[in-house]
Amino acid sequence: MSSTTHYPAATVSQAVETHTLAVIVDNEPGVLARVIGLFSGRGYNIDSLTVSETEHQKHLSRITIVTRGTPMVIEQIKHQLERLVPVHRVVDMTIAGPAIERELAMVKVRGKGESRVEALRLADAFRARVIDASTASFVFEITGGSGKIEQFIALMIPLGLVEISRTGVVAISRGPETM
Amino acid sequence: MSREMTGAEMVIEALADQGVEHLFGYPGGAVLPIYDALFHQQRVHHILVRHEQGAVHAAEGYARSTGKVGCVLVTSGPGATNAVTGLTDALMDSVPLVVITGQVPTHLIGNDAFQECDTVGITRPCTKHNYLVKNIADLARVLHEAFYVAKTGRPGPVVVDIPKDIQFAKGLYQGPKNIQHKTYQPKVKGDLERIRAAVELMRHAKRPLFYTGGGVINSGKAASQLLREIVKLTGFPITSTLMGLGAFPASDPQWLGMLGMHGTYEANLAMHDCDVMICVGARFDDRITGRLDAFAPGSRKIHIDIDPSSINKNVKAEIPIIGDCGHVLEDMLRLWRTGAAAADKAAMAAWWKQIAQWRARKSLAYKNSKDIIKPQYAIERLYAATKGKDVYITTEVGQHQMWAAQLYGFEEPNRWMTSGGLGTMGYGLPAAVGVQMAHPEALVIDIAGEASILMNMQEMSTAVQYRLPVKVFILNNQYMGMVRQWQELLHGGRYSQSYSDALPDFVKLAEAYHAVGIRCTNPADLDAAIAEMINVNKPVIFDCVVDQSENCFPMIPSGRAHNEMILGDAAESIEDAVTEEGKMMV
Repeated sequence: MSSTTHYPAATVSQAVETHTLAVIVDNEPGVLARVIGLFSGRGYNIDSLTVSETEHQKHLSRITIVTRGTPMVIEQIKHQLERLVPVHRVVDMTIAGPAIERELAMVKVRGKGESRVEALRLADAFRARVIDASTASFVFEITGGSGKIEQFIALMIPLGLVEISRTGVVAISRGPETM
Repeated sequence: MSREMTGAEMVIEALADQGVEHLFGYPGGAVLPIYDALFHQQRVHHILVRHEQGAVHAAEGYARSTGKVGCVLVTSGPGATNAVTGLTDALMDSVPLVVITGQVPTHLIGNDAFQECDTVGITRPCTKHNYLVKNIADLARVLHEAFYVAKTGRPGPVVVDIPKDIQFAKGLYQGPKNIQHKTYQPKVKGDLERIRAAVELMRHAKRPLFYTGGGVINSGKAASQLLREIVKLTGFPITSTLMGLGAFPASDPQWLGMLGMHGTYEANLAMHDCDVMICVGARFDDRITGRLDAFAPGSRKIHIDIDPSSINKNVKAEIPIIGDCGHVLEDMLRLWRTGAAAADKAAMAAWWKQIAQWRARKSLAYKNSKDIIKPQYAIERLYAATKGKDVYITTEVGQHQMWAAQLYGFEEPNRWMTSGGLGTMGYGLPAAVGVQMAHPEALVIDIAGEASILMNMQEMSTAVQYRLPVKVFILNNQYMGMVRQWQELLHGGRYSQSYSDALPDFVKLAEAYHAVGIRCTNPADLDAAIAEMINVNKPVIFDCVVDQSENCFPMIPSGRAHNEMILGDAAESIEDAVTEEGKMMV
């Protein structure tokens, strides 16, 4: 019994799942603040968020959000997003059908000698491109699923990894259908 | 039909075109051009409040008693921040408002200018939507869109922030025609297959129950009428949330009273034991459900709501129906009739017999006294004296609010204005001002507590200025009663800061405001004093001095289930009720 509050206790929760949501919004001032404010205000998680205008004539932006929660919370997040006035559509890419998710990362590695060669070899194995080089460093560009990028980063740590910049996940459905 | 005019003139033009007759507001530097435009016209009548929070609550009272959009005009900075409590209140209780705020000129935005605040930033989470208009070409469209968003779907407050230079700028005004929102188009018609499934479930129910809420009231008077028809036709019992009172007449034998934390024994036990729950325009709020894992454990739930985010938020519904209550009830009624559906007669007889036993428990009973006015008695006498009159009730927040909800019988929708979701002390008096403005001939009573009323007491001045004969009926127990009740229950009776010390003399205070003050301390004098209050055609503060120690029962304590209520006569002191668990286990 929660005898020290006058609110009901939290109920036993379901298992937490990770979902990727694609949100089409009017690209107007404050729209991102509305989306982010909804997540922070209602205590939802954001694992990653990307946003950019995708249809310039219609001033539409696409926001891709990776979030975690129980199935009930994920359903709430979708409904709460749909309730925002400038939101056109919300699609749960995780359940809407097969989808491709990709992320881009730029990874700076500093080093000399053998570790420098090893970094270059591994980058080649991961199909990471060298987009900047100096005698003491490389910047690699790598694209792929978040797992692949995590793995690449882990391998670079002992080889002199000093800085990472990641875009966060973008997603699109497979096949001819559009959202 | 577009004409050139200034932004300030456009505001007035748009309000008039939207049918706004009354505008509650308070002037200031950043809205002076709009106040100047107001000065030059007769169509929109401005009511000067004494605090911006009062303006928003007044507009809420106005909106909820008329079904129209309430309208507010305040200045930038403190004007906007003072409106925030009212905006949050309106958002929680789904009240349609358009609140226009002045803003510093566009070139100063972000500069920490005098009376600047980030109004759209501050009000983003407490409005349904908000706008900052930075271009005169957008102003007319945004104003009309604001009214559309405020009243469409689940209603709510909308803020339009207008910088001062935009108020001076000239542009072309467009009327409300041809303004269609590109994205916001809520669904009002419910899915017919789901409604058919709901009717099927209802037909086979053994222990059905209607659980209705503020959504029925917001849907309009027709929805209340349809609700009455379907309840009559099915023969099912009905209970309602605090917000839904009046949608179904309290005098009807099928009415079980309010449910929830301070609901009746019969309503809560029926809720706990029902097998089919028909939730119409309510949202399974924590004051209603109590302990979620013990909430109506054997029931299948039909949930009708216009807001998809209300469905499956707290409680899983087997048959969710997204749509406007009125439309869905209409379809439900038609399907019930054309399918010649009938409830299970034998099961219904047994169900009503069970309910009669719960009712016989008389959970709202209290021990009356000859020497001291019991607060429940005061509400009962107020109800008796005003029954059948054209009366509107507003409340503040606390014990008096719950007693009013329990004991005042509402027969019609839009007659009951209370702060349910946010629980805003200080709501009742400004709300009463708004209600009285909309219904000048009606009897408007704010049932108040002595602590709550002091939070927006300044609005007495507004009432007096506009000759609004609102009656403030204070149940004065010299405590923040509900806080004290919880301190008795949870904190060993240590009344930390919950007593009302250094109270004003309310009779003298009324006189200071040029209103009428009445005090009553003796139960024998109460009826005459109430009659005097009703007969005065002026604002009245009625100081009803009541029993200091009375608590509000029944009560479902902290995180308990519906069948674990504390009843008033089960415990002399509320502490006993908690320690001797057997007493409250029913």
